[in-house]
Amino acid sequence: MLKKFFYSQKIAPYVFVLPFVITVLLFWIAPISNGVLLSFQDVLKDEWVGTKNYTRLLSDKIFLKAILNSLKYMLGTLVLLIPFPMLFASLLNSKLMVKADFFKSIYFLPALTSVVVAGTIFRLMFGEASGSLANQVLLAIGQSPIKWLKGPWTSYAILLLIACWRWTGVNILYFLAGLQSIPTELYEAASIDGASKWQQFKNISMPLVKPTTVYVLTISIYAGLSMFLESYMVFKGNNSPNNIGLTIVGYLYRQGIEKRAMGYACAVGIVLLLCVMIVNLIQLKVTGTFDKEEK
Amino acid sequence: MNSVKKKNKAATIAMVILFSCLAILIILPVYVLFTASFKPGGDLLQYGLNLNLNLSRWSLDNYNLLFFGKHDYWIWFMNSILLTVVTVIATLLISAFVGYGFAAYEFKGRNVLFVIVLIILSIPLEVVMLPLYKQMSTWKMMDSYAAIMLPFVAHASTIFFFRQYLLGIPKSLLEAGRIDGATEYGIFFKLVFPIMKPAFAAMAILNGMNAWNNYLWPLLVIRSADKYTLTLGLNTLINPYGDNYSLLVVGSFFSIIPIFVLFICFQKYFIEGMTAGAVKG
Repeated sequence: MLKKFFYSQKIAPYVFVLPFVITVLLFWIAPISNGVLLSFQDVLKDEWVGTKNYTRLLSDKIFLKAILNSLKYMLGTLVLLIPFPMLFASLLNSKLMVKADFFKSIYFLPALTSVVVAGTIFRLMFGEASGSLANQVLLAIGQSPIKWLKGPWTSYAILLLIACWRWTGVNILYFLAGLQSIPTELYEAASIDGASKWQQFKNISMPLVKPTTVYVLTISIYAGLSMFLESYMVFKGNNSPNNIGLTIVGYLYRQGIEKRAMGYACAVGIVLLLCVMIVNLIQLKVTGTFDKEEK
Repeated sequence: MNSVKKKNKAATIAMVILFSCLAILIILPVYVLFTASFKPGGDLLQYGLNLNLNLSRWSLDNYNLLFFGKHDYWIWFMNSILLTVVTVIATLLISAFVGYGFAAYEFKGRNVLFVIVLIILSIPLEVVMLPLYKQMSTWKMMDSYAAIMLPFVAHASTIFFFRQYLLGIPKSLLEAGRIDGATEYGIFFKLVFPIMKPAFAAMAILNGMNAWNNYLWPLLVIRSADKYTLTLGLNTLINPYGDNYSLLVVGSFFSIIPIFVLFICFQKYFIEGMTAGAVKG
């Protein structure tokens, strides 16, 4: 009887999705609800504190700095990691380009490295010593060496550089996949009508590759707002001078793990969740993904 | 006609130059790491990574240290291999099972569950990290590989990929299986499993890469030094005591190699796995 039930076509689909349901309940819904509850508590003293953690966050200048740093980083990655890879991908996709596969593989290489290795490489390339690669370049163009990781703008540039190094190739692949799904007849027709390459890029490639752009935008927002390890590696830990490298997740880590203020840290986590959700909703609204689904 | 050809040729050359410059910039960091692996560790401490090519200071000392020295590098390496292999197998089996459920059946609650898959795709792990950490310590699961793996074996993006892939299989194949007397699970394991090979390859590589390079969650979960993975271990070397920097540079370089070899062999699947979500959005 039980066996027949288990094997019936009505029950089988539920058996198939069961592992997902269990993991979602245990490892997503439970921790998120727990996080919400903890964010209203002082965990060390084991008492309810109402909205105190949130009101404290509102006036916490370091947290504000962390949010601004994360937003700044996210915007930087959006500006650098969407238009350029899109342009590079359409050039690589052009019939005039030779050895495109070779270049594609090379550009993918950095994505294979872990953040630990990538961060360590960049920290050492931008070391303070006058013999480090970055300072050698400065000396070569007649400037004096600088402490790259001590200044807010130089360290911001280094974090963006790591992001570009690791993700330019991957985003090129995304855009290439998108571009290759566009029928070539469109370009042929356009070029018979006398459209220039730039017009073809603007009027055919860009609009038709939009689903890919939306995808890349979504994952960049997600990754940008939750960035932590890059900064953790470059600054050799979670403490950067004047918190120039502190991000939202860095602050969550500092409060929850380093200072053991679990309730406060969970409030930071909830704020991060809301940030990601809101930015994603705005993005989906602006790019019109909702309208498409209504049709 | 001739001028068009000339123009095209000029465009090709210009593009090759542009992309070669980009390639040099991309390779540069790996190149300086590679050259540093032949230099004394003290140089790294003193100068950082740079372009100096003073061949008289080059030696194989670091490699000697890596292969024959007294350190825990190979314990970390084996731990990472073990964890990566087990994670990949478990994730693929379970996610394929679930993905098939979403793709092959119409059932009550399917759409709600699938929306949950999509929502989880857009929530950063860092949001649940702390409560999950607390939960793991209440369950006495800290310091175990199970705690690293279990939360992610039914992996949302892998399930999504398998579901998209399996939407394409003809329903008549499943019907034929039923007529032949196979059970619902028999159909999955005997008929569907074999045709999923390319999808498995793509996801094996993507999940393998993530597991091999995973850092933050293991950092929270793992306590004992003998359970360190490669990324955790390498990061203990950033304090420049003794031979640490020599091992750091050669060990970092060497940690890229397994994944690089896999990439060269299975490039097509890497690219498929990475770009799976990008076209349909």
